[in-house]
Amino acid sequence: MAALQVVRSEWTKIRSVASTVWTLSLAVVVTIALGMLISALSKNEFDNMSRNDRLSFDPTFISFAGMSLGQLAMIVFGVLVVSNEYSTGMIRTSLAAVPRRGTFLAGKIAVATALALVVGMATSFVAFFLGQAMLGEHKASIGDSGVLRAVIGGGVYMTLIAVFSMGVAAMLRSPMLSLGILMPFFFLISNILGNVDATKKIGRYLPDQAGSKIMQVVTPIDDDTPYGPWGGLGIMALWVVAALLGGYVLLKKRDA
Amino acid sequence: MIELEGLTKRYGEKVAVNNLTCTVRPGIVTGFLGPNGAGKSTTMRMMLGLDRPTAGDVRIDGKHYDQLTDPLKYIGALLDAKAMHGGRSAFNHLLCLAQSNGIPKQRVHEVLDTVGLTAVAKKKAKGFSLGMGQRLGIAGALLGDPRILMFDEPVNGLDPEGIHWIRNLMKSLAAQGRTVFVSSHLMSEMALTADHLVVIGQGRLLADTSMADFIAQNSRSYVRIRTPQRERLLDVLHSAGITVVETGNGVLEVDGDKSAQIGELAAQYQIVLHELSPQQASLEEAFMQLTAESVEYHAHSDTPSAPQPQWGDGWKGN
Repeated sequence: MAALQVVRSEWTKIRSVASTVWTLSLAVVVTIALGMLISALSKNEFDNMSRNDRLSFDPTFISFAGMSLGQLAMIVFGVLVVSNEYSTGMIRTSLAAVPRRGTFLAGKIAVATALALVVGMATSFVAFFLGQAMLGEHKASIGDSGVLRAVIGGGVYMTLIAVFSMGVAAMLRSPMLSLGILMPFFFLISNILGNVDATKKIGRYLPDQAGSKIMQVVTPIDDDTPYGPWGGLGIMALWVVAALLGGYVLLKKRDA
Repeated sequence: MIELEGLTKRYGEKVAVNNLTCTVRPGIVTGFLGPNGAGKSTTMRMMLGLDRPTAGDVRIDGKHYDQLTDPLKYIGALLDAKAMHGGRSAFNHLLCLAQSNGIPKQRVHEVLDTVGLTAVAKKKAKGFSLGMGQRLGIAGALLGDPRILMFDEPVNGLDPEGIHWIRNLMKSLAAQGRTVFVSSHLMSEMALTADHLVVIGQGRLLADTSMADFIAQNSRSYVRIRTPQRERLLDVLHSAGITVVETGNGVLEVDGDKSAQIGELAAQYQIVLHELSPQQASLEEAFMQLTAESVEYHAHSDTPSAPQPQWGDGWKGN
């Protein structure tokens, strides 16, 4: 029952620090509010759009526009959950209590992932419904083909972003270093690589670019992406697994 | 019972702990003594499975640390009072440790009471003074009611009352038959608490002895004498069969506790004495000497016959 004990312990840890509350609240508020704002703006813009733009108008995806910023808060959540242990020195106390490091890391990731999934899923559904309310007559319905998949996918996407950050933080240990790499990567570099023609083919295999495909319902007209929504999520999941494996191997090997 | 066998830790070229073999026995306080940087903390981290030994082995009651189920029930350790999340309350800090080892919540209240932190249990640890942080760390060590307790420099930075409390706690834990292993760089502190001593310097074992033996061997008593009639006193003492050592500045020293005998001889031969004082070399000095020798031995071991450079050699030759 050692695994269950670790899960209970990690739940106590995660609920008893302020950073959990503020990072997750920020993720919820930013994702929903920005999604609503952009949905409202898109509604007003619709009549001025070109024919092609109107054909590929994707109300579901637009209501998730806030995730580009909201995911940054999820990254901070994921990084802090793991790197707090190192920056405070708690890791030595934790590993003395749970010397089986695989069990320790798995318990921590499992608890944080479950929490991120609950918050991410709720955020995704609320962002969808409020976003659609802003879109007025251009809105999509949850019963439309592919929409439910996209909304559930949005929750999974936010969760995977957080878990990927946990893996990276487990490798790098320092919160500053982890955030210093992850934030600009997801906010700037990935976007640049995905939008410049020369690097587009590489850019779309990055975790966020591939993963966000799950939230699209209408495929853009000139889209030549070689994977579908589930394929994209699969690529993102591979990144996550790689980051977690890296974190596990280093934790196992290193002196605490 | 903790057994260390050939325990070695290297960081690149530097050897932090060098082939350390010793046993920490139950029912007594074992002092782990060494100057700063001698490898005490590294050794303790290896005992807890936090650092991996380069060579050698540590066994707790015959098992490796990571083979212990619920290790806090076997061994409680205070390594570093700051090894906790400052944003978490004292109660929650202990609760998460308790839960990870299947220790009931009730026990958290008990240890908070033992260390006297019940009143601040809901306060965040970052607001704690050094002494309170130390008490919280000790509460964590006591949580699983372990048979073995380990404290790394527990009195560092504490006020006299806190020091007194920790000394008594360690003694009472040992009196309950537990194994108590406590590190310090202060011999004077160990002299008050420890029954047995393990001394290391430069990562090597220098002494593994009972406190009583260490005192008997190392606390030299002698008599210090100053007199204006030096030659005459030397003759008198010599004919009485007493060996005298001249230590410079007109000071004479006689080994042992012979002040009464010397005073009587001086009176009998009407020799004026300016000083006749029994002296005791402190344990601190004995400890300094022991560890200083290890440093010296280390520095000379590579080139035993090489002449030592004299001060000023560098510019004299040019």
